[in-house]
Amino acid sequence: MPVNSDFQGRVYPPTETYRVSAAKIREFAEAVGSADPVHVDAEVARARGYADVIAPPTFAVLIAQQCDGQLIRDPEAGIDFSRVVHGEQRFVHHRPLTAGDAVVGTLHVDTVREAGGHAMVTTRTELATEAGEAVCTATSTIVIRGGE
Amino acid sequence: MTTTPSTPSTPSTPSTTPAAVRSFSEVSVGDALPATTVHVDRARLVQYAGASLDRNRIHWDEPFAKAVGLPDVIAHGMFTMGSAVTLVTAWVGDAGRVVEYGVRFTRPVVVPYDAGADIEVSGVVKSVDPETKRVTVELTATAAGEKVLGRALAVAVLD
Repeated sequence: MPVNSDFQGRVYPPTETYRVSAAKIREFAEAVGSADPVHVDAEVARARGYADVIAPPTFAVLIAQQCDGQLIRDPEAGIDFSRVVHGEQRFVHHRPLTAGDAVVGTLHVDTVREAGGHAMVTTRTELATEAGEAVCTATSTIVIRGGE
Repeated sequence: MTTTPSTPSTPSTPSTTPAAVRSFSEVSVGDALPATTVHVDRARLVQYAGASLDRNRIHWDEPFAKAVGLPDVIAHGMFTMGSAVTLVTAWVGDAGRVVEYGVRFTRPVVVPYDAGADIEVSGVVKSVDPETKRVTVELTATAAGEKVLGRALAVAVLD
């Protein structure tokens, strides 16, 4: 089943709030091997001018992939998850994600295209606080491998 | 090196304890960052799966990975991306200074049960912008002799 190109340009409503916790930041930082104490020590973080411990640069993927799920799980999109490969990922941080942040993600389907028998879908999640402050733009391209 | 006159430290004024952030003036195009090796084994992938909530079985279940046509369990691309940028954050001196980071996933990192895999990560300063004190670092990550990331660029704001 081909990927539904009608989804290009679609914007989903903002997700439920995700609350960024110090515990999850620590767990993520340990998993990627980031030794910067700014992820685990609130005193260090405050000394550097942050409100609390901050997340590593790729932490936002955790929230963005939950947003992407709205598209991937939509039967009308025609995305076979078992054939999905992550092609590209990019983050633009407007400020670091910080423990205590209450963020919502708005999913944009930027492009849907076919190339060489595969489909490529680029999504963009705009993460902002509940108050509307932009925090991070996470852009992801997935490749849906064509059938043989 | 410059020294800052010491002032009485009070917890409510963060500027009294400056971060050891790299100075823009000491960075030039072509500078190499200290290279590192990231070792990844199955335990690490399970740890990352839990931390990131990406529990796709191809990253920890060998029979499943092979059944869908992979040579073995493969690392999460996002694990490789996330561990590679620690080279930049350590060099900059503050993980919060990385304002942009993007990669292409060019090849999977295959992670055998016994030996795991080594990801060799290096980085070079590609451009500097005196106006914004932004530096762009290009990362190279290889596993088993093959590049696993492409167009891996991180932008950090220095002091």
